[in-house]
Amino acid sequence: MLHFVFKRVAMAVPTLLIMAVTVFVLIRLIPGDPAALMLGDLATPASLADLRERLGLDQSLPVQFGIWFGNVLRGDFGISITSSQPVLPLVLDRFWISARVVLIAVLLASLFAVPAGMVAAWRQNSSTDLFLVGLATLLYSIPTFWLGLLLLLFLGLQLNWLPVVGYVSFSEDPGAALLYIVMPVMTLFLHEMGVLIRMSRASTLEVLRLDYITHARAKGLSESAVLWRHAFKNAFGPTWTLIGLVLGNLLGGIAVVETVFTIPGLGRLLVDAIFARDYPVIQGCLLFIAFVYVAVNLVVDLLYPVFDPRVTAE
Amino acid sequence: MKRLSLNVVLGGAIVGIVVAGAVLGAVWTPYDPLKINFVGRLAPPGAAHWFGTDEFGRDVLSRLMAAAATSMLISLSTVAAAGLLGTAVGLVSGYARGWTDRILMAFNDALLAFPAILLALGLLTVAGANSTGIIVALGLAYTPSVARIVRGTVLSLREREFVEASRVMGNSELYTVLRHILPNCVGPMTVLATSMFGWVLLAESALSFLGLGVPPPAPTWGNMLAASRPFIAQAVWLAIFPGLCISLTLLGINLLGDALRDRLDPRMRGAS
Repeated sequence: MLHFVFKRVAMAVPTLLIMAVTVFVLIRLIPGDPAALMLGDLATPASLADLRERLGLDQSLPVQFGIWFGNVLRGDFGISITSSQPVLPLVLDRFWISARVVLIAVLLASLFAVPAGMVAAWRQNSSTDLFLVGLATLLYSIPTFWLGLLLLLFLGLQLNWLPVVGYVSFSEDPGAALLYIVMPVMTLFLHEMGVLIRMSRASTLEVLRLDYITHARAKGLSESAVLWRHAFKNAFGPTWTLIGLVLGNLLGGIAVVETVFTIPGLGRLLVDAIFARDYPVIQGCLLFIAFVYVAVNLVVDLLYPVFDPRVTAE
Repeated sequence: MKRLSLNVVLGGAIVGIVVAGAVLGAVWTPYDPLKINFVGRLAPPGAAHWFGTDEFGRDVLSRLMAAAATSMLISLSTVAAAGLLGTAVGLVSGYARGWTDRILMAFNDALLAFPAILLALGLLTVAGANSTGIIVALGLAYTPSVARIVRGTVLSLREREFVEASRVMGNSELYTVLRHILPNCVGPMTVLATSMFGWVLLAESALSFLGLGVPPPAPTWGNMLAASRPFIAQAVWLAIFPGLCISLTLLGINLLGDALRDRLDPRMRGAS
């Protein structure tokens, strides 16, 4: 088990390193003096000279990367051009806002979609199956930014059940905070339901076709024993991996939902930074989201043996 | 088989209508999609304007048709760019093997670990928010998926007898790759390209919605949806029709993708 954990962690290190190189190179590809780009309109000859020295711009590119990456490892992601604040605390503040919405949505979607997909597979080609597959394909095909607008239109503007746009933090007013995140959570929940029902159904169907299921039935086990003890448990593994991918992808793509509902999350921070050409924030957001994505998938991988012990044996 | 034909018929019909609308939109629209008419602004759907008019009095149906042409063109160009670049990387990696393969795939897998939309956002910072920028950014963001699939196919093909025979006959490596290996990668590439077309269309709409796509006044479904937000209470059709176009197109592509996968992998028939 320890070997498995070590191997998985070691595999994540080169990925993170190459991601860091990619983010570093991306900003260096922009024409112009990197120090002038990083300081924007705030640049003075003295600050430019100081930053050039700090970034090691008179040195070779690998040395520059080493200096930058060393700073990143110490938590120094630079200073935002627009807000003059250090980038890391800014990114972390916004991350918690996005993470809350994404985590609740994915948790709820998993709770409903995984059993629904399993039932659909168990009752393959029945009317229940056709309904669930149809619903999943439909939900999966509706982009979150349109789904969000539709919810906003009907639940917010037509029925007046929920506040339309904005964000209230939980520390300010927990009741209002809850009301404000219902629609963003519901948007992501409905979309991810579509993705997860399809995956859960496909992986359960694969398992139900295996010989040991036929064997279990031939042994005379009750249908519930076959399903609960043999089929569903083994079918959960691939779905579990997908849940990890969904979590990471949502963090990367949540900007659209945050735009619909005017939530000041990490995605919105990144998009605003792109508009403002706030390169330190762009670099910080990209690197941080990539790091979270790898970390989430690492945790998912490390927990995988709980559902499928064969993985550690391999 | 019943579900398979339903997927093909429904998916094919939807995609067919959208493609026809896009082709028509490229050459003819009922009204000029860019012509401003303040007198007729925010007119609801009616006989003169089937899908109503927007905040500048422009005909929504004409803009949707022009947007379909733009979206299709961007998506096709992006899939072609990712296909060409990914195929080149996959062919070199899979055929050369050894260190070339290890280094190329290490970078490729690290890029695959980035959510594609995030990578595209990063690349847009460099390439700029316009049609070319989107094609470059999304093309590069989706290249690693193609490279992975092509490399896998090449690895299995390069050991087959007909490839060995080509080498024994004295054909050059380049000839063997282009004449014998490349054509056999078309099958898996077609399945991937179908799904990728949907992903790219969605990503392009999302970027346009964020204001990072084709700049206005040129219409795209994404920027039409974004522009509808301030008027959503008084002109609901502005938000309904572009969203419906994106969703129906994605539904059609997903149904066709499912059918294609069913056909190529009969074991999984009806699994998705």
